[in-house]
Amino acid sequence: MIGYILQGMIWTVFITLSSFAIGAVIGVAVAGARTAPLLIVRGIGRAWVEIIRSVPPLVWLFVVFFGLAEVGLRLTPLQAAIFTFGIIASVYLGEIYRGGLATLDRGQIEASRALGLGSFDLLTKIIAPQIFRTVSPSMVTYGMGLMKDSALASTIGVVEMTFRANQQAQSTGQGLAAFAIVGAAYLLLSIPLGAWARRADTKSRLKYVVN
Amino acid sequence: MDIQTWFGYVVELLPGLVTAMQLTGISLALGFPLALLFALLIDIAPKPLNWIVIGVVEIGRGVPLLVLLYIFYQGLPQIDIVPSAMVAAVSAFTWSTASYATETIRSSIQSIPRGQLEAASAAGLSGVDSFRFVIMPQAARIAIPPLMGLAIIMFQLSSLAYVITISEVMQSAYFLGTKTFNYLPVFLAAAAVYASITIPASALVTSIERRLAKHV
Repeated sequence: MIGYILQGMIWTVFITLSSFAIGAVIGVAVAGARTAPLLIVRGIGRAWVEIIRSVPPLVWLFVVFFGLAEVGLRLTPLQAAIFTFGIIASVYLGEIYRGGLATLDRGQIEASRALGLGSFDLLTKIIAPQIFRTVSPSMVTYGMGLMKDSALASTIGVVEMTFRANQQAQSTGQGLAAFAIVGAAYLLLSIPLGAWARRADTKSRLKYVVN
Repeated sequence: MDIQTWFGYVVELLPGLVTAMQLTGISLALGFPLALLFALLIDIAPKPLNWIVIGVVEIGRGVPLLVLLYIFYQGLPQIDIVPSAMVAAVSAFTWSTASYATETIRSSIQSIPRGQLEAASAAGLSGVDSFRFVIMPQAARIAIPPLMGLAIIMFQLSSLAYVITISEVMQSAYFLGTKTFNYLPVFLAAAAVYASITIPASALVTSIERRLAKHV
């Protein structure tokens, strides 16, 4: 039973990493929209963030998996899960980026502009390296939450850890054992991440003081 | 698909909303006091006991709520405890709420300078009194906005109770979806039902946060 359930871990990790990666990229656009000079762009960005966050992830998952199939966009359970969690992650990570941006001195952006840096260079060479230090602990913490959210994918039939535990519980009647195993597996996955986040956090604070 | 039919869906989901709010309300009413107890036990209880509490809190935070729900509903029957769906849901949600709130309450209490306790004791207040009249009122002001935020998150998470046959919003939506085959409008109606509660509630939390921060 342990082996069968733990084989699902690869999908738990895969869903978490791929939706995190999607969210990390689209999140840049979300943060950009939220801090755009144009009021209407900021408004759209804000509305987007509010709409995504005000509805439970399970509802979005069902909208994407069952709802979009009805209008002709048929996704496999795995695709639907990664897409849904990716979009949700983009909103939360975008807000984390925005928090990091707020700690950056605006003068730096003006100075880069004065030196003739393009937007892409400004983002990758000036903004990203500096805010990465301040935002990475929050990003890891969010990633841990995302990993727990990935358990929801079991409700639309992705055969990850929770789904497998559920199968085992129903076929063997040993529900307590099955769910204790899967619970322990989530804890084991999150412990190293948590330790890493705490270390990164202390480190970033140290550097901040020295600067 | 006209707008009237869609509003009809929204109306059909409202009884589910009542169940979702009951589940959330009971879990918060049990979870918050439990969290205060946990927060105090972690700091003042003797060694083995405080470790047990830390363990309970870490499991409550580290294991997905979905798995906690399954542990109560499908796990306990293995050892001949068969809780009803609602009892299982309340237990899992209370555990989760208490675990997250424990951290919030602990950090709020710890953010009050130690000197205040010393001053209270110098002024002749007993330990209990200085906690009740000096630390608590200040810590509560710090803890209230994040705890309200947690309440909104727990309300959203009540959608998970769908997996153990609680007839809350998602369960009703799923049923309505299989009946009408209009999955997209039905689940968007569910989204609207949740948003109609969470958006005003979040706005309220933000305004309370501002008002409380004024006097700090």
